[in-house]
Amino acid sequence: MGYVAVKGGTMAIEASINRLTYDRLKEREIIEVNTIIATMRAMVDQVMSESSLYSPFLAALAIKQAEGSMEEAVFIMRSHRSTLPRLYYSNIIESDSMLVERRISASFKDIPGGQILGATTDYTHRLLDFSLAEETRLKNDQWMKQYMEKIKQEVKEDGEISYLPKVVDYLREEGLFGTYELDNTMPTDITKENLSFPASRSARLQTLTRGQTGAVTALGYASLRGYGQVHPTVGEVRVGKLPIYVEHPNEPEQTAEDSYYIGEIKVSEVESFVPVSIKNEQNEEELDFEIGYGICYGQNETKAIAMSILDQCLEHPEASFPTHDEEFVLLHIDSVEATGFISHLKLPHYVTFQSKLGSIREVKKKGGAQ
Amino acid sequence: MHEEPILHVRNLNKQFGKGCIHCFDKRERQLEKNYCPICGTVYACQDVSLDLFPGEILGIVGESGSGKSTMMQCLYFDAPVTSGEVYLNNAELTGQNIFDLSQQKKRYIRNHKYGMVYQNPVNGLKMNFSSIGNIAEKLIAAGNRNVSSMEATGKRLLEHVQIPLFRSKEEPRNFSGGMQQRVQIAKALSNNPPILFLDEVTTGLDLSVQANVLDLIKEIQRKWGISMIVVSHDLAVIRMLADRTMVMLNGAVIEEGLTDQILEDPQQAYTQRLVYSLL
Amino acid sequence: MKHTTHFAFFDEGSKKEIRRTTLKAVAIPGYQVPFASREMPIARGWGTGGLQLTLSLIGKEDTLKVIDQGADESVNAVSIKKLVQQTTNVELTNHTEAASIIQSRHRIPEAQLSEEQILVLQVPTPEPLRKVEASEYATKRLHAEEEYSGAWLLLFEQIMKYGKTATGADHPVYVNGRYVMAPSPIPRFDNPKLHASKALTLLGAGREKKIYAVPPYTEVASLAFEDYPFSVESFAGHACHLCGTKDVFLDELVDEETGETYYQCNDTSYCIDRLNSEEPAEVGHYHA
Repeated sequence: MGYVAVKGGTMAIEASINRLTYDRLKEREIIEVNTIIATMRAMVDQVMSESSLYSPFLAALAIKQAEGSMEEAVFIMRSHRSTLPRLYYSNIIESDSMLVERRISASFKDIPGGQILGATTDYTHRLLDFSLAEETRLKNDQWMKQYMEKIKQEVKEDGEISYLPKVVDYLREEGLFGTYELDNTMPTDITKENLSFPASRSARLQTLTRGQTGAVTALGYASLRGYGQVHPTVGEVRVGKLPIYVEHPNEPEQTAEDSYYIGEIKVSEVESFVPVSIKNEQNEEELDFEIGYGICYGQNETKAIAMSILDQCLEHPEASFPTHDEEFVLLHIDSVEATGFISHLKLPHYVTFQSKLGSIREVKKKGGAQ
Repeated sequence: MHEEPILHVRNLNKQFGKGCIHCFDKRERQLEKNYCPICGTVYACQDVSLDLFPGEILGIVGESGSGKSTMMQCLYFDAPVTSGEVYLNNAELTGQNIFDLSQQKKRYIRNHKYGMVYQNPVNGLKMNFSSIGNIAEKLIAAGNRNVSSMEATGKRLLEHVQIPLFRSKEEPRNFSGGMQQRVQIAKALSNNPPILFLDEVTTGLDLSVQANVLDLIKEIQRKWGISMIVVSHDLAVIRMLADRTMVMLNGAVIEEGLTDQILEDPQQAYTQRLVYSLL
Repeated sequence: MKHTTHFAFFDEGSKKEIRRTTLKAVAIPGYQVPFASREMPIARGWGTGGLQLTLSLIGKEDTLKVIDQGADESVNAVSIKKLVQQTTNVELTNHTEAASIIQSRHRIPEAQLSEEQILVLQVPTPEPLRKVEASEYATKRLHAEEEYSGAWLLLFEQIMKYGKTATGADHPVYVNGRYVMAPSPIPRFDNPKLHASKALTLLGAGREKKIYAVPPYTEVASLAFEDYPFSVESFAGHACHLCGTKDVFLDELVDEETGETYYQCNDTSYCIDRLNSEEPAEVGHYHA
């Protein structure tokens, strides 16, 4: 054996990965996964939503590994998801069964069941809270104790679980919304089938819900601001938990009671009302409402609202705005796809460049055509 | 005429909307113009039949909404028909209703047998490709793979429609409306189609430019004997170009005959109004 | 919570799905078969299409070679190799002849491939008509109707503007006289290697979720007009400064000290094999 290849690439990668580890460790601090789960709820939610894998533990671990980079954490979760066999589809969930933690309607001053503000940053003043820099467990415990006592006095449990009616049901009773037959055709599973166009609504909703928060928000905003024809009123925003059941895979005959409860997921759900002009049976123009639907893992209301706008946009492909073009919207909002292709520009391209260089030199030599 | 028609259209129907029990039956239906007042369905073309003979220009005149442009779009496969038959006098396609052919065969017919000039050049041209490239596109679609021959054909045609050769590599978006229309005509002619469709080709052009384009069409017919269907709302255009004329109203053909005959002795009240307004 | 990764990363269901897609691709040469495309531990756009093909095909007895821009030691090639090896423990090689699967980005190796080998090419943009038509819905129809005027028109426009075609890499090809295909951004120099290749060529686009194939001994013709024949990059008058080869794709380099341009084989393992075959005794500055 005479000549052998230098191991330049292998060595460079090894050094780079060591350097990355060094940067993570050099301050000698350790953040526990549990700390992330407990204190970075919004970030955990966002990672679960964009990676479409519901597991606060894995999301927190991914955040730790990614040192807080959203795109990196989502990326890690998505590739982990690829290694997991998918054994079951859950039963259909009626979102009425949500254990509501927060629900508001912008359409009505008051709604059946009441507006429930719940936990939200909406009415906090966004001033930097310097006291947090000196937070102590003792002070936190004191605050917790007082709060729990207050809750005990003010809130009486009645032992019953009651479900809150949806705002849309109230309007539907009045005939302001069309009623549709339940459509229980199996939804497209976009993780098992390639998205093809025209896309089914189920494929569209799946793509939107796992979209990058910033991308979904930006396109929803574009539509709202002028590059689109959807100007909704938020009928209802809900945040709460939904129970998930699966059927026994090998029992041919079974009822809903036989299903297995496998856990619950926290979601944000939005129904936006969009006034549209439609023709009735007498061929007269009538104003009616249509619903834009948004849902995503965790508490991420902005994304869910933006999704509801885009859902409605994509129901109307006849409008000439890019926000109504399903290929434009659905093919460009995925975090892993967008960040991957943008970042691939960092890869060497010297073969393609050499090829183009040759062409340009040839053209210059010829002096071009007349 | 004893010749075989080159294009033979029977009972072409095109509707927009599903229809309802009040308008399903064409003998019973009570339309407002071409429109069912009950369900809103538009009957854009109703049983349109026509024959186009070799070398003739057939004019189709009617107001906007008469269905003439829709019929043209159906013939050129730009829009699907609701029902109807079209036959081409062509050995390979004998006895075949070409509406029933596959998309691939329809494209073949578009690329080899038809030329189309749209009212709006945006529909017929790629505005960001060179003029000569636009002509080549049609030739490429018809199977040509020789650059020199396509360039020669393109230049000859551009010259013929009076586009200066030094502008042949320019993009049509830089051109005036009349010039764009002439590039479109050159493109439509490039594969020597036996049949050419012209849809309101002079509408929106200045009078002098109109005259220029009309002269060009007339000359093309004289030189190459291409059969043409010319659609226009303007009877003056039809008078100048067409050998025979059909008058359409509310989606149906109400009168047809030699152009002179229709101009001199219109039978239908609508045609009479049209003719008198011209005088 | 400990997690051990499956052989070749994927669960078996995913592998089967990719293999079924691959079989369909082989059955319809040049046709882009859609597939679900799993997310991989390397980034979309960094060879995930090729990687998925490799992982779905690879068995314990395979020998793998991965190159990027012709080089076995290019960082991304190393990274891909590392992932495959960690999840399969297969043997790796730099020798083109020794590999049963060769995954490559932007090059086809100089050494002729055999019937025993599979070439996996990474594809960023599988749609050759994307430049003329942005919509996937529309391009699918154009393929169905074999309507490729757009691809030809791009070449025609280049000839009109520049007096010759000015394509770089990824020059479109006609496969088996039916489908126009993007050969991935290989230089035009490599297009002829696809024609009647003894090895099966598989092309994978992970982000765009397409797999397509050129089966062995399939006709592959680069798009070109009769009177403007297809031409490859020319390195006339230049040779590799290491092994002296002339008829290969060369990298253009600049001597830092003299500022002079010199050339070197782009296919690094080919170059080393040439050097070894000519001067088996000598140990040059390439010694590790």
